[in-house]
Amino acid sequence: MVQDGLLAPLRVLDLTDEWGYLCGRVLGDMGADVIKIEKPGGDPGRRLGPFYQNHSDPQKSLYWFAYNANKRGITLNIETAGGKDLLQELAKTADAVVESFPAGYMDRIGLGYEYLCRTRPAIIYTAITPFGQSGPYSSLKGSDIVVSSMSGLVYACGDPDKAPVRIPIPQSYLFAGIDGAIGTAIAYYHREVTREGQYVDVSAQAGMYWTAGPLTHWTLRKKALKREGQFRGGLSPISRQRHIWRCKDGHVAFQVYGGGTGAKNNSRLTQWMDEKGMASDFLRSMNWEKFSLPATDQELMDNIEEPIGRFFLSYTKAELEAEAMKRDIILLTVSDMKDVLASPQLKARDYWIKVEHPELDCSITYPGPWAKLSSHGWKMRFRAPLIGEHNEDIYGKELGLSRKEMVTLKESGVI
Amino acid sequence: MRRSAFDGVKIADFSWILAGPTVSTYLAAHGATVVRVESRTELDNTRIDAPHKDGVPGVNRSGFFGYINPNKYSLTLNLNSSGGMEVARKLIAWSDVVNENFSPGRMEKWGLGYEDLKKIRPDIIMVRSSIQGQTGPWTRRRGFGILAAGQAGFSEITGWPDGEPCTSYIGYCDFIAPRFCIAALAAALAHRKRTGEGVCIDTGQIEPGLYFLAPAVLDYTVNGTLLKRQGNYSPCSAPHGVYRCQGDDRWCAISVSSDDEWKAFCGVLGNQKWTEEPRFATFLERKHNEDELNRLVEAWTSVHTAEDVMRMMQDKDVAAGVVKNMRDLVEDPQLNERNHIWWLKHPEMGHFPHMGSTVVMSKTPAEPRMPAPCLGEHTEYVCRKLLGMRKAEFKSYNEAGAFE
Repeated sequence: MVQDGLLAPLRVLDLTDEWGYLCGRVLGDMGADVIKIEKPGGDPGRRLGPFYQNHSDPQKSLYWFAYNANKRGITLNIETAGGKDLLQELAKTADAVVESFPAGYMDRIGLGYEYLCRTRPAIIYTAITPFGQSGPYSSLKGSDIVVSSMSGLVYACGDPDKAPVRIPIPQSYLFAGIDGAIGTAIAYYHREVTREGQYVDVSAQAGMYWTAGPLTHWTLRKKALKREGQFRGGLSPISRQRHIWRCKDGHVAFQVYGGGTGAKNNSRLTQWMDEKGMASDFLRSMNWEKFSLPATDQELMDNIEEPIGRFFLSYTKAELEAEAMKRDIILLTVSDMKDVLASPQLKARDYWIKVEHPELDCSITYPGPWAKLSSHGWKMRFRAPLIGEHNEDIYGKELGLSRKEMVTLKESGVI
Repeated sequence: MRRSAFDGVKIADFSWILAGPTVSTYLAAHGATVVRVESRTELDNTRIDAPHKDGVPGVNRSGFFGYINPNKYSLTLNLNSSGGMEVARKLIAWSDVVNENFSPGRMEKWGLGYEDLKKIRPDIIMVRSSIQGQTGPWTRRRGFGILAAGQAGFSEITGWPDGEPCTSYIGYCDFIAPRFCIAALAAALAHRKRTGEGVCIDTGQIEPGLYFLAPAVLDYTVNGTLLKRQGNYSPCSAPHGVYRCQGDDRWCAISVSSDDEWKAFCGVLGNQKWTEEPRFATFLERKHNEDELNRLVEAWTSVHTAEDVMRMMQDKDVAAGVVKNMRDLVEDPQLNERNHIWWLKHPEMGHFPHMGSTVVMSKTPAEPRMPAPCLGEHTEYVCRKLLGMRKAEFKSYNEAGAFE
């Protein structure tokens, strides 16, 4: 039996730009009917690359494809009188509106939460901005590198002897988007209990600041954790631990732990190294049961890590991974996308989905279920919409506009 | 009267470390009653981790555990004893949601897998976080968020072209996967309210992590292109980067993404001669001469504080922001004004910041109610008040060693 998703009854009007696409995507993945509304000519977010076969075409942006699947798409110019009317009309049957305009914009043009409440009192209104609707930063200009920096994530990444570095895919847009989905779903739950909608104020900076880690490092010990490149500080006040190691053909992710985890893990690795004649006397003499990270200074740490580093260098990623799995040693590879696509785990979990793109005469492999649900599961229903692809379905079939009316609206730039 | 959205939602929280507790922290912030099931013999690693109050370790002195666990109760149970397991099952019967992130198979060993839970409460919602997911050839393969960041592909693409892979100093994937889990959990609670049906949510870390890398995934599956480390380069903007400022390890991010913004940027720099050179006049030219451009920008920023750079740029509508460290975040005016950081008083650790809510809800605000719990602080409260255990019953479980 084909079941609808957890959010099947929910209808969402999605007025976001690249800062908020992921919100509607996640809601759509859970079965919501998400209508992506773009201005005539298409969202500016369609300019974001990479692109299908590197053609900089607004209908071929892979960023757009990734984050607007499971949405239908219409065009609408909400700054025109006709456009405002149509949005109000659409709001009558909508459960939620999601937008990522600058703070105050929707109110200024008469389509903000209070206005839409008159049409639909129980509406859920989710507004996504770089810093939130209020507060001293609310009118600041955001960009991904700026918000990622102001949330603490950038300071946490990179080599200590170089500038802090951002992850080259816009993480701030994605934290904002996922928090938008969460806030909308929370408001939906509340409405199921009380029949009451509300306004959800999502800030990308607030969504991301947890990634800086426990701020108690500063308040308790006056220590601001710093990027350590292939190492990590913060677990011990007097040493750092390597977690990215060179191997024959790339890198692996492994760390020397303390506590119960370390006791088993470190013994098993030492055992393996010993079988290959590569465990130093020092390593073999370590009492892993008693080993404690907070009590371990850098010299001891280096003595432990040096032979491990030499050991890993003599094997490939695949060799280390395979043997680590056999011996139940915690070790993962530092993967590129080729490795990720080759993962037997992802294949076994039916993670990869082939999505038809008839307009490109091909199908494209997409990431699939971000969670597996026992019922009412995640579903890829359709690819991201072309510009105005569902104008006929929504304006014509659902709102009952005639062909003539739609032509007039198109010619006057309303749709 | 309902104050927070999840008032009345009860969570039996068997999770530990970071990814699992982050799920329950989010729900606790929005009103859920969260009971953490802890063990004195198998302590949550984060209760041992630094930073410690006054530099002295102790199970109730970790700022790592403390920061991430406000609004939760702590019940210690010995799940390997029959008494402890009986109490666990009473807790599950009481709860709406069971949250866990043990290595896959562990809950099943205890007779607490999803099928088992449904026998206790048919409409239970079970939330399961793990690195690889509950099924598949690698399901038993253990890991942590900082390693998962490598496996998902974040590390390989982060850093400098002439350097090695980097990630953040803490498990980056630990912050992504729980968010998807929470979205599904909120949806599941709404679905159950409507239909009476529960669900089991199985979240690995790689699968949702790849959604924060999706354009790079598609660039590979469509074009065969592998994204390479590129420092702070962006294809859309120039200047774009993180520039050194006055002071020790102080930086300001700046991004200029249009000709208007470039004009404004040059104005902030006092329209220095070099800004008017033809080799920087257009976006394409600036991209072509980007290394030199960045050097010149940094020559200017390095004689100003990061705060001044940000202020001067933002005053002229140019995107710029201080690269904040933990100290900056503690003092951040925006996060504090909007109550994203919760300053709460803890019995052993005193006053310190806790992870508050991220989203702001107009009718059902998230609210701080309790600091992070001490180990087993609420064992009696949970049993007597929440589970309705009689005094004698509690005493006999206690004597049988159920609460170690």
